[in-house]
Amino acid sequence: MEYDSHAVARLVHDRGGWLTSEPIDRSEHPLADWELLTDALQQSLVRNGLMTVDELRRGIESMPREVYEAAGYYERWAYSIEGVLVEKGVIAPAEIDRKLGELAG
Amino acid sequence: MRYRLGQRVRVRNAPSVGHVRTPGYVKGKTGRVERVHGVFGDPESLAYGGDGLPGQPLYLVGFEQREVWSGYAGGACDRVYVDVYEHWPEEAP
Repeated sequence: MEYDSHAVARLVHDRGGWLTSEPIDRSEHPLADWELLTDALQQSLVRNGLMTVDELRRGIESMPREVYEAAGYYERWAYSIEGVLVEKGVIAPAEIDRKLGELAG
Repeated sequence: MRYRLGQRVRVRNAPSVGHVRTPGYVKGKTGRVERVHGVFGDPESLAYGGDGLPGQPLYLVGFEQREVWSGYAGGACDRVYVDVYEHWPEEAP
């Protein structure tokens, strides 16, 4: 079965029918704590009107291809959440860097 | 609502500019309106902090698998169902 390519280039996330030589991993796997927290954070941000799920998707879809391919599902969410919130002025990059510094220290 | 149940529609084969919910594999393909979900905020606006207005009717469109995938080996009745916002399809003969 082949994807009937009809001229229009597709963004990295638009994957329906992409050929792959690797089997698709259909196994269930437990989520890490940070993944659950990322999901909760996104839902909280949406509920409080700070971002929409469409903005989340747009942020993921605009990831550079190599970054997208290397990232896991919730890593893409985290990437997008950070980008959208910075873009909207909800948080500043310096705030994130400072917190990361605290956690590392 | 521009389209009615059972109507044949063809998804525009246009590039996706910005955030678009229509998957590439149905672009240029003809299907049939199977359900009208209702009117929702336009994701192509909501994705950029817009208000999503005017709202866009959302349709469930059924496509024959053999129309979507060249060399499809499954049954002739097999279909793939995709939600498509109203500004993507156009009337098909």
